[in-house]
Amino acid sequence: MADREERRFAEVSRESVRLMAEGAGVELGDDVAALLAEDVCYRLREATQSSSQFMRHAKRRKLTVEDFNRALRWSNVEAICGYGAQDALPFRSVKEGELFFVEDRDVNLVELALATNIPKGCAETMVRVNVSYLDGKGNLEPQGTVPTAVQSLSDDLLKYYQQITRAILGEDPHLMKVKSVSHDLEQLNRLMHMVKSLVQNPYLYLGSYVRSLVSSVMYCILEPLAASINPLNDHWTLRDYAALLLSHIFWTHGDLVSGLYHQILLSLQKVLSDPVRPLCSHYGAVVGLHALGWKAVERVLFPHLPAYWANLQAVLDDYSVSNAQVKADGHKVYGAILVAVERLLKMKALSLSQSAEGQSGAHPGSVVGAVSYRVNSPGLSPPPEPLSEAALGIASHLQVGGAGCHWEEWTPVPLPAMYCELYSFFGDSLAVRFSTGTGFGTHSPCTPSQLGDSRKEPPGPASNLDTTRKMPQLTANLNISPRQDGSPRTDPPPPTTRGAPRSAGLSREVFPKARFTSPQTTPPAFSFLIGGRQMGQRCQGRRPFQTMFATTPPVSAIPPRTYAHKLPVIGRVGKPVRRWTCSHYSLHLPL
Amino acid sequence: MAAVQGGMGDADIKTDIKTEPSADGFGNNNANDGRVLSASPGSSSSTGSNKQTAAVTPEDQQTLLAVLQFLKKNKLSESVEILRREAGLPENSLDPKANESAGAGSGGAAGIVDLEGGDASSLLSRVTGSSSAGAQAPTKAAVAEDQPDVSVVLSAYSQQGDPTLYKVYYRDLKKFIETVLDCHRAELSQVFYPLFVHMYLELVYNNHESEAKAFFEKFSGDQECYYEEDLRILSGLTKKEHMRGNETLLDFRTSKFVLRISRDSYQLLKRHLQERQNNQIWNIIQEHLYIDIFDGMPRSKSQIDAMSGSLAGEAKREANKTKVYYGLLKEPEIELPLDDEDEEAENEEGKPKKKKPKKDSVGSKSKKQDPNAPSQNRIPLPELKDSDKLDKIMYMKEATKRIRLGPDNLPSVCFYTFLNAYQGLTAVDLTDDSSLIAGGFADSTVRVWSVTPKKLRKVKSAADLNLIDKESDDVLERIMDEKTASESKIMYGHSGPVYGISFSPDRNYLLSSSEDGTVRLWSLLTFTCLVAYKGHNYPVWDTQFSPYGYYFVSGGHDRVARLWATDHYQPLRIFSGHLADITCTRFHPNSNYVATGSSDRTIRLWDVLSGNCVRIFTGHKGPIHSLAFSPNGKFLASGATDGRVLLWDIGHGLMVGELKGHTDTIYSLRFSRDGEILASGSMDNTVRLWDAMKAFDDLETDDFTAATGHIHLQDNSQELLLGTYTTKSTPVIHLHFTRRNLLLAAGAFNP
Repeated sequence: MADREERRFAEVSRESVRLMAEGAGVELGDDVAALLAEDVCYRLREATQSSSQFMRHAKRRKLTVEDFNRALRWSNVEAICGYGAQDALPFRSVKEGELFFVEDRDVNLVELALATNIPKGCAETMVRVNVSYLDGKGNLEPQGTVPTAVQSLSDDLLKYYQQITRAILGEDPHLMKVKSVSHDLEQLNRLMHMVKSLVQNPYLYLGSYVRSLVSSVMYCILEPLAASINPLNDHWTLRDYAALLLSHIFWTHGDLVSGLYHQILLSLQKVLSDPVRPLCSHYGAVVGLHALGWKAVERVLFPHLPAYWANLQAVLDDYSVSNAQVKADGHKVYGAILVAVERLLKMKALSLSQSAEGQSGAHPGSVVGAVSYRVNSPGLSPPPEPLSEAALGIASHLQVGGAGCHWEEWTPVPLPAMYCELYSFFGDSLAVRFSTGTGFGTHSPCTPSQLGDSRKEPPGPASNLDTTRKMPQLTANLNISPRQDGSPRTDPPPPTTRGAPRSAGLSREVFPKARFTSPQTTPPAFSFLIGGRQMGQRCQGRRPFQTMFATTPPVSAIPPRTYAHKLPVIGRVGKPVRRWTCSHYSLHLPL
Repeated sequence: MAAVQGGMGDADIKTDIKTEPSADGFGNNNANDGRVLSASPGSSSSTGSNKQTAAVTPEDQQTLLAVLQFLKKNKLSESVEILRREAGLPENSLDPKANESAGAGSGGAAGIVDLEGGDASSLLSRVTGSSSAGAQAPTKAAVAEDQPDVSVVLSAYSQQGDPTLYKVYYRDLKKFIETVLDCHRAELSQVFYPLFVHMYLELVYNNHESEAKAFFEKFSGDQECYYEEDLRILSGLTKKEHMRGNETLLDFRTSKFVLRISRDSYQLLKRHLQERQNNQIWNIIQEHLYIDIFDGMPRSKSQIDAMSGSLAGEAKREANKTKVYYGLLKEPEIELPLDDEDEEAENEEGKPKKKKPKKDSVGSKSKKQDPNAPSQNRIPLPELKDSDKLDKIMYMKEATKRIRLGPDNLPSVCFYTFLNAYQGLTAVDLTDDSSLIAGGFADSTVRVWSVTPKKLRKVKSAADLNLIDKESDDVLERIMDEKTASESKIMYGHSGPVYGISFSPDRNYLLSSSEDGTVRLWSLLTFTCLVAYKGHNYPVWDTQFSPYGYYFVSGGHDRVARLWATDHYQPLRIFSGHLADITCTRFHPNSNYVATGSSDRTIRLWDVLSGNCVRIFTGHKGPIHSLAFSPNGKFLASGATDGRVLLWDIGHGLMVGELKGHTDTIYSLRFSRDGEILASGSMDNTVRLWDAMKAFDDLETDDFTAATGHIHLQDNSQELLLGTYTTKSTPVIHLHFTRRNLLLAAGAFNP
């Protein structure tokens, strides 16, 4: 048996043969056993080779017991019975005896016969047709991004995948696609969180999947989800979060897919310019643009604004009862646009100011009123502080926010035209926004960015620009929801307010001043409370927000509450506020 | 030969005379004896292989006499008579020679002694078994001859030299070949593999087990990677007893390994061997190899690699010289009421005028007789029925709406997924008009689905049929039983997995071939089995209807393909010559030829009329599992387990293209209706589209390449690949282009 080692295939050893023979009551000599062993091996190999033929013709990759039995049968050898089951047979070993065997448990026939749950049998074989590829162009997405990927996974990864899908989707295996769960905000939220964790996992190379991720995220941002019909469903949060995620994906993985940025912009633009789409879709588009950075806003939203404004205006000006819901949505959109536009202005101003730093101090006459007001406002009081932070290079948007001092510069720079146009739309609310924006910028944005810091970004001074873009969305998004709440807030006296600024330039000066004090201080606080709620509610990963949420109140905790009492106008908040005084759900519900 | 159709005269014994270069002293009696004996069932059956030699060379006469002697000994006087008559031997020729052929006779006797042991052990050794049942020779004789065959073949190994010297011989030759000029080296290297195998087998046969193992260990690594599969089988073979009944071995022995070598290289080799007195190797070369010598430049390594890989080496050049009528038959002229729906809306009078020019334009194409087409009645074809004519008209109409495909205009793909196919889907076919789909399953069932809203209905029972008014216009509708309407029907009858399935062109019949050795014909009107064609006694891997109906071909594990007619229970032709299982069979569009792909990694083209093998294509490196003729009949595409598609020019008998891209066995191939696109479906869950036009256009088939058969393939698979379409987890086992060029694919979802 010395030559046995040279062989490259499995063998039945002499000892086994002798054991078998003993079992049958025959004593075998050494040479006989050796000959037999060799012959058995050869026959086994032969049978295996011919059985593989049956496998090939059955168009399978897996050799089954059935194939082997067929080969045996054609060789006039008795087939082996009892191993026809499809599932793999566990092969066990007993260490002490060096014994290997296939486990073969006793079957209790009585139990089986008397069993009450009779197996249903398998479903009927059927043929289903689907158009896989039209004109040779494949629509790869509908095939399901995840399942195709699953095929190529190794066992470990497969297990991991199953765990994850179960954790995310619950026990229902059909929820593979975002679309199938559009009725369930919880699911969507969970999916979005999953996407986020995917994106943040530094060990995953997403490669081509970025595209599909983006498309699902975009879906959450833009689609008029079934859940949006019910005003009680908080789909706005989902959209905000998705937008946030989108920007995140884009800035971290955008390089993996060429042309992604452009594609996203295009699709957002399409939605925005489509008047048939519901307002929530528009909202999503605006939020998405905002999340992608001020340049996106400038490129897409700004040129569309004039056209879009008319539609929105119509909605907002309709005070019929049936329109209430739509109008509320309209306000949301209005607020989102406002925030976006404001940031655009600020960023633009900033970019200009950075080039021409020295021009600060030149006050444009047109906004003097607002400016002067601003200076006095408490929110603005610590302008130097953010500046120092900016110097640390934590996030350049801080400079914007903190740039209580910078804010003046946007006017002298060449964007007056833009401002004028925007101003013609938003009137003083723009100015207000502006000031508040800076106001809360002083304290609020910095915290998220810090959070971002601690999370993962090493914000080197070099990556300053990047962080600007990445982090701002965090804050911006947080602000968005309160913003819309904020804008309607101007409603109570509003019909006149909003109508007026646009129609008559004169009224501007009157109203803004009148309303300045309160909005400007309060909204920031609100935004944070709500932000905290959103985060704290579901996602543990967002803890930092809550902690930060705790820090903010000192600055502005009191004003909001007081302000809340003034709110009834917008949303009959009175009761909810009392019920959840601390949680501040109130603002969302009435809308 | 009762089974032969009127038009096909009794095929005489094939006279495929080998023109061996006798100047080199080729041809050894001993080997020839073995060869002929091995093919003896065929030779007495008169339909058999192309390899049998009934020529009147003295050697052949001797072997014939040996056969006669044997038959006589076994008291098969009838066979003796017939064989003698057919071979044209004088009546008394047997007696004086009786003693001479005693050697062969005793060999036969020994074989019979072996019979009991051999039958059980040589499980797969049947060459034809009772395959000759349909032919003239009595079955008894065939079975009896089966055994001697083996021992005689093996006895060719009995001459032996010193076993320890084998290594030296081989190494010597290797050293020599490695030192020759580069241009010769590639050619001479071809000798390695067959030499290696034969030397190894000789060692094993002579019971030098340890030497054999050592020899194998030492040199098996040198062989080309595409022989790996065979080497693995070989490595398991270490005992003389095992050689008997080993399929691969028999394949190797019963045929000479064919090499194509340029004259210069051959002279070089010959001189070397003679100088060295290396008789061992020289003997093997003479006995077991067939060296096809050509004049001219030696071939390059890549050229050789492209063509080699089959079990028996390359095809001899002569084998591919026969003229093949690959053109299409003239379409029968049908009164074409080319009334499109929109035309119908127009006034009635305008019609006849419109009809004429259109008809001409359609007819003109077919009127021009293709010079390469066989004569219309070369083989008798069934007459067109009225329903066939209607179908042709439908076809023409559809064809006018056909999409022209091309690289810029790829077809849409529809996938028919078989769900819950736990039984194991093994074969799929679609009717030409894409209205029915049938699946063959591993649980022996055949299932038919209607893929149009039209349900499947059975004909009423006989009693009910009597009640029908037979004169009514809609009698065809009335005979159907509405109660039986359903989307699918299951047909039971086979007792093993159904491996091949094929619809008749008129959609009235369905053929299925199974592991149980039968081919069954099912009626799609009653959904019952009409005939079970028995003849293959081993699994039948594939079957296909002729494009004109009536005939069908089947091929299986017994290495022969059979041509049948639906109304004959015995085969009309038996195509034997493959050295291993026939895995797939396809009819040429003109129905005059049949292509078979085999596990011996060759493709053969057979003439239906004569039963001759007219083309042998080698080049695949694995068993061939799919074949497809181009619609114009000029080209053949083949796909194999090696994941490559090879394209063949039938007229010239040349390989003209290689399409690489699939990563697993290609189970289906199909040309688009106009032949612009070749679709291939594979086990790797993809459908790939290839630019067939470009592949065939770029050909440069000048006379030289045609004459020498040296192809030079450019590696342009990537340019020709137009698209890759993946399924989730469904191997693609069937492809079909609808009449409008929509691509349909089918497979079972494999969770």
